[in-house]
Amino acid sequence: MAVVALSDVVVLLGRFPALAGATLSVEAGQSVLLQGANGAGKSTLLRLCAGLLRPENGTATVLGSDLFKDRRAVRQKVGYVGHLSMLYDDLSVAENLRFWANAAGVSEKQERAAAERMAIDGRLFDVPVKALSAGQRRRTALAVAAARRPSLWLLDEPHAGLDQAGRDIVDELITDAAAAGGAVLVASHELDRVAPVVDRFVTIAGGLAIEQSQTQQAGGHVDLV
Amino acid sequence: MSILSEVRLIMGKDLRIERRSKIALNQVAPFAILIVVLFGFALNADRAALTTFTPGLYWVTVLLASILAVHRSVAIEAGEGAREGLLLSGLRPASIFLGKATALISQIFLVSIVLLGAVVIFYDARVDDAVLLVTSLVSAVVGVGAAGTLYGALLGAQRARETVLPILLLPVLAPVLIAATRAFGDAMGTVATDGWAWTALLASFAAIYVAMGVVSHGVLMEEN
Repeated sequence: MAVVALSDVVVLLGRFPALAGATLSVEAGQSVLLQGANGAGKSTLLRLCAGLLRPENGTATVLGSDLFKDRRAVRQKVGYVGHLSMLYDDLSVAENLRFWANAAGVSEKQERAAAERMAIDGRLFDVPVKALSAGQRRRTALAVAAARRPSLWLLDEPHAGLDQAGRDIVDELITDAAAAGGAVLVASHELDRVAPVVDRFVTIAGGLAIEQSQTQQAGGHVDLV
Repeated sequence: MSILSEVRLIMGKDLRIERRSKIALNQVAPFAILIVVLFGFALNADRAALTTFTPGLYWVTVLLASILAVHRSVAIEAGEGAREGLLLSGLRPASIFLGKATALISQIFLVSIVLLGAVVIFYDARVDDAVLLVTSLVSAVVGVGAAGTLYGALLGAQRARETVLPILLLPVLAPVLIAATRAFGDAMGTVATDGWAWTALLASFAAIYVAMGVVSHGVLMEEN
């Protein structure tokens, strides 16, 4: 069964059709790069798959849940990292990790493992998030998502703001998630960076038409009308 | 996780953030005291007039200070997209509402107590019926906190919420202003009225808004 199965999905942002007939199928174990110009609909597609946006038309199933009927069920199973960190500025790194781990019912052990995975410096644990650099915030946000051990990763420009070591960790995260049977959707403009670690390319172009290309195998396509 | 644990998680997070930022203590409370002092200037420090109008002046001040506290409560979630994080967390919307409302109520209650001291000092207010005063205060603050959390969620991450919130919330809180002023008037001996009847109205208002928040917070979070 496909982890992501979208067919002719329409998503409106206000009156603007950010996605106007998107079709995409992603199987377990696949990693997909979403590429396209600014405003093409990459972030909208990720937010749709995270259950944060309501589809208006078409059919949309993510991790077995119908996005028209039960978006809440999807949300708990995805690891979404968007442009905003979703962290609380006045709380420390450790407090943020603990809060989000508690909220998601994640054990302290998993939380610590995720922090180690993202190589968050132990000295930063007691530092308020507002004092962190953009890269450190990014690592913390990725650790919050990693602690949940999601079945579907939805990463929006995950390399943004990260140093070389952080970028390498993200690459490993993508590779390992797919190898472990999860699925990964990555929206990125850094094609040279992401291309070697994904299985497929899906191009969202021009906001009007979508073309698909692939690196290794036939896959889904996304249409924007 | 039980609903009670979820409520405690959200409440604890909001109160911890408040303890760090000290917005209620360093900004909202001084703002409220400043208004009390300005009312004193406006009434030319007329002791008789101040004593008569103390309940009304007090509650107008509490409501204005509460608007700031509600702003802060909403801003906590809006800043770095944490509101979406809460949606993704799987926490029950009702728990999120109750947790945020409880934290907000705690802060407004703290400011209200500080203000009570201020009106005793500056307006020479006296309390005849402490039980009525405390009961009506608690009922009113719960109502303000619940309605504030509900309308805060309604406006969500909208950019214009700073200006829209008072316009939406103050008319909704008018019954609290009227009832709490009457109940305080009775408790302070400035008005001959049945303060307990007004307190019952305050409790009803609070119960209605808590129930509305529990039922509708999920929809409001989704839509905003």
